[in-house]
Amino acid sequence: MAGEKGVVLLDLWVSPFGQRVRIALAEKGVDYEYKEQDLMNKSELLLKSNPVYKKIPVLLHDGKSICESLIIVQYIDEVWSNKAPLLPAEPLARANARFWADFIDKKVYECATRLWKLKGEEQEVAKKEFIEIFKLLEGELGDKTFFGGESFGFVDLALVPFVAWFYAYETCAKFSMEEECPKIVAWGKRCMERESVSKTLSDPTKVYEFVLFLKKRFGVE
Amino acid sequence: MAASREAEEVKVLGLTVSPFVVRVRIALNLKGVQYEFLEEQFGSKSELLIKSNPVYKKMPVLIHQGRPICESMIIVEYVDQVWAGDYASHSILPSLPYDRAVARFWAHYIDDKWFPKLVVILKGGDTEEAHAEAAEELKAGLKLMEEVLEKHSKGKPFFGGDAIGHLDIAFGSYWTWILAAEKISGFKLFQQKQTPLLFAWSQDFCLDVAVKDVLPDVDMLVEHAKKFSAWMIQNAAAENN
Repeated sequence: MAGEKGVVLLDLWVSPFGQRVRIALAEKGVDYEYKEQDLMNKSELLLKSNPVYKKIPVLLHDGKSICESLIIVQYIDEVWSNKAPLLPAEPLARANARFWADFIDKKVYECATRLWKLKGEEQEVAKKEFIEIFKLLEGELGDKTFFGGESFGFVDLALVPFVAWFYAYETCAKFSMEEECPKIVAWGKRCMERESVSKTLSDPTKVYEFVLFLKKRFGVE
Repeated sequence: MAASREAEEVKVLGLTVSPFVVRVRIALNLKGVQYEFLEEQFGSKSELLIKSNPVYKKMPVLIHQGRPICESMIIVEYVDQVWAGDYASHSILPSLPYDRAVARFWAHYIDDKWFPKLVVILKGGDTEEAHAEAAEELKAGLKLMEEVLEKHSKGKPFFGGDAIGHLDIAFGSYWTWILAAEKISGFKLFQQKQTPLLFAWSQDFCLDVAVKDVLPDVDMLVEHAKKFSAWMIQNAAAENN
C-alpha cells in the first residue's frame, strides 16, 4: 500500500532521526508506507533517493525524495499545513524553535555516541558534556509543558526520540537522568502521553540491546 | 522617518569578513531593510555578542526590536518571514515546499560537508596529502553545486531563479573565500570549463546590488589571510563540535 498520494518513508526502526519524521506524520494523521532499511546492505532505492549522504530517514512523496530529518519535518509541516502545526507561526518563536532543534542536532547525537563508544576518562568527559547539554535544554524548557509552550512542537519532536535512549546511556556511563535533569525526564513522560510519541519511540530495553550490539560491532567492551 | 526608526530596530553583530555575517547582510539588502552594523573586534567578543548569543557566543547575531536571533540561515529565514508582504516581490525561500526542502538541504550540505574542507585548505600544518584530498573534495562539491544549479534554476541565472534566493545566499557567501583559498594554497579549486554555469552565476551574484558591497574583496582576504584563517579554524572547531 503506497499510502496517501504515494508517501513512503525509508527508515531504521531504532533511529531517533527517523522517529522524528514518524512522529510528525502521526501528528498530521498522514498515511504512509514504512520501508525498513538494512544499513549494512543499502537498497538501490535508498542509494538513489539519498545519493549525497546515503542515510535514513528519506521521505518519498509523489516521486520526490526529501532528506535530513528536520528538513523532512518542515516539509511535512508545510505540505500538511491544515492540521497540528509543528512550527510556530510567529517569526521570532519560529526562529527560536529552529535554533533549539538545530542545537539538538549539532550536540546530542555526537556526544551521546561518545558515551557508549568510549571508556574511562574519555567517557567521563562525554558524560559531563552530555549532562551540560541537557541542563541547557532544561533551562530552555523551564516550567513550560513543552518547549514551544502549551503545544507539542518542533523542538519537542526533535528531542523526544532520544528519551528512549536514556536507559542505554545511563547504563553505559553510570549516571541518572532523573537525578541530573528531572525536568527533562518529566517532559519526556508528558510527551509519551501523546499517541504519536508512545507508538513511535523504541522500547528502552530494545534500544539498550541495540547499543550492546553496536558496541560489539565496534569492538568496545 | 520610518527608515531611520527601522534602522534603530535592526542591528547586525559581526565581522565583515565572515561568510555567515555576509549572508545576513545580503538578506537584509534584498529586503531593502536599513540596519546598523556593529563590527566586532578580531580576537575578542563583545559583551553584547556574549549576551545576545550565550549558547554559542558566535556571530552573526541579528538584533530586531531588542531581541536576538542567531545562526546565519535561521536569521535569513527570519528576515524572509518578517519582511514579507510589502517586499513580497522578493521572497528568499522558494514558494513550494519541495523547492524549499531542496534549498535547505543544499544549504545544510554546504555548511556540514563542504565548508570543513575549505577550512582544511586555509589552515597550515596538515600534510600536503590532506590538503590535496580536501582540494579534491572541494572541487567535487563545486561540481555537485553545478549540477544543482543546472537542475533547479531551470535555466535562470540563480539557484533561486530570477533573483537571489536561499541557496544563492548560503553558497555565494563563501565565494570570495574560495578564490582567496586558491591564491593562498596554490590549489586550483574553481575551473570555468568544468563548472560553466557556476562561472556565469558567480558573475551575476558578485555584481548584484545586494551583494557587491558586503562580499569581502578577494585581495583583502588574501592579504589578511593568516589572521582570518586562524579565525576560520577557531570558528570551524566550535561549529563542528
